[in-house]
Amino acid sequence: MNSCSMPTDKGGSTMTDHTDTAAANQPLPGHTGAPLWLLAELTYRCPLQCSYCSNPLDFANVKEELTTDEWVDVLTQARAMGAVQMGFSGGEPLVRQDLEILVAEARRLGFYTNLITSAQGLDEARILALREAGLDHIQISLQASDPDVAAAVAGSRKAHAKKLAMARAVKAAGYPMVLNVVLHRHNIDRLDDIIALCDELGADAVELANCQLYGWAHLNRAGLLPSKAQLEVAEATTQRWRETLAERGRDMRLLFVVPDYYSDRPKACMGGWGAIFMTVAPDGAVLPCHSARMLPMRFPTVRERPLKEIWYESEPFNRYRGDGWMKEPCRSCDERHRDVGGCRCQAYLLTGDPAATDPVCDLSPDHHLIEAARREAAGDNRTLEELTLRNVHESRVFCRT
Amino acid sequence: MTITADTGMNGSTVYRLRPGWRLQWEETQQRHVLLYPEGMVQLNDSAGAILATLDGQRDVDGVVAALQAQFPDAPPTAIEQDVHEFLLDADRQGWIHHD
Repeated sequence: MNSCSMPTDKGGSTMTDHTDTAAANQPLPGHTGAPLWLLAELTYRCPLQCSYCSNPLDFANVKEELTTDEWVDVLTQARAMGAVQMGFSGGEPLVRQDLEILVAEARRLGFYTNLITSAQGLDEARILALREAGLDHIQISLQASDPDVAAAVAGSRKAHAKKLAMARAVKAAGYPMVLNVVLHRHNIDRLDDIIALCDELGADAVELANCQLYGWAHLNRAGLLPSKAQLEVAEATTQRWRETLAERGRDMRLLFVVPDYYSDRPKACMGGWGAIFMTVAPDGAVLPCHSARMLPMRFPTVRERPLKEIWYESEPFNRYRGDGWMKEPCRSCDERHRDVGGCRCQAYLLTGDPAATDPVCDLSPDHHLIEAARREAAGDNRTLEELTLRNVHESRVFCRT
Repeated sequence: MTITADTGMNGSTVYRLRPGWRLQWEETQQRHVLLYPEGMVQLNDSAGAILATLDGQRDVDGVVAALQAQFPDAPPTAIEQDVHEFLLDADRQGWIHHD
């Protein structure tokens, strides 16, 4: 999956006047709430090779995927703990031939089931089989509006046409359809065409997600990060489309996710470490987010301990909960509960210390690293084809022996 | 009832949940939640009770009557007002549709 399929600021609850306040979902200090969101990364296998993939660089090390029975057990445990939204992701989840079985089980348990897919491996028969299994929603990712850019991003010439055909088939089958487009410097200038394509495909919502710089995207960072000027044009384009859509009475929501490298305050990543979001990786490792695997710590697996123990009692899940772990400038900052100190993965990737303040924050002593990354990107003239593709061959370079 | 402004709602309007969205009682949260692609609205008691009466058949007047029967101790006019306000808001938010 790409790094933006699950927006980190959208962990679960939309609050309005007719709902309880946000505080209702936030446990008392020192008290851990339930993992409302479960992301099941069924496999790291994927037919595409997107250079911004959020999977770990050494994904080729993971060979023993959980079996069907083990996944059913994970779903059952998570649901009993209160998880209710779930995503089937990867890699490409359609690679798993037992996907329909797992969807049916998840739906029977009461999950709202989202399939997050590149559409490779999808066809009309499988769309119907998934429908019969009770799948609630299919989110398809698009790389671009035109086949050439899409091919260069994904490392596949056939993928784009397949995506378009399957988006139409998903819509025809009556699913609500969210399209996810990962934006970067090589496609962001075509945003007008991209939104027009999503409109033509009949999307109910579009996530225009600037690629977040973890995993393979971090490796290719200088070749992906757009310029400030590109970003401003893209935001204006999105706003213009919102107005046009509203005038036409067309209900297609546009969610624009800014790259935090251009912010001066960090995002409240995942709504907080181990707060509402739980990822189970293909081999059963339990993570507080899909990027956390690269942190210098070992996460327990569902093969070793019950999920409930891992969520509530394990050292890794408790390490960055609350604010006791924070250093200055977060520790004494009035905003520390709003942004929870930012992202632990980003802090580690940039500073080498996972407990540091996210350098996106302009109060961080390491903020110059973000500014340097912007300058580095401005001077990077590589084409898409020159970036490192995410595949098994490249991954072996990063595998520890 | 009075006909309201821009949404065209009146007593015989039949609302239903937006296609693909689901209302569900969550035992662990002790409340109704409205589930939609990759998101969830956590509902308070009255919002949950109102949405739970939308069965694709009942019109707005029917929803009011059903809730008045379900909550005999609450003032009937307050229930009516709550239902009208909530349904208008839920329509505006795109949670529910009518024909």
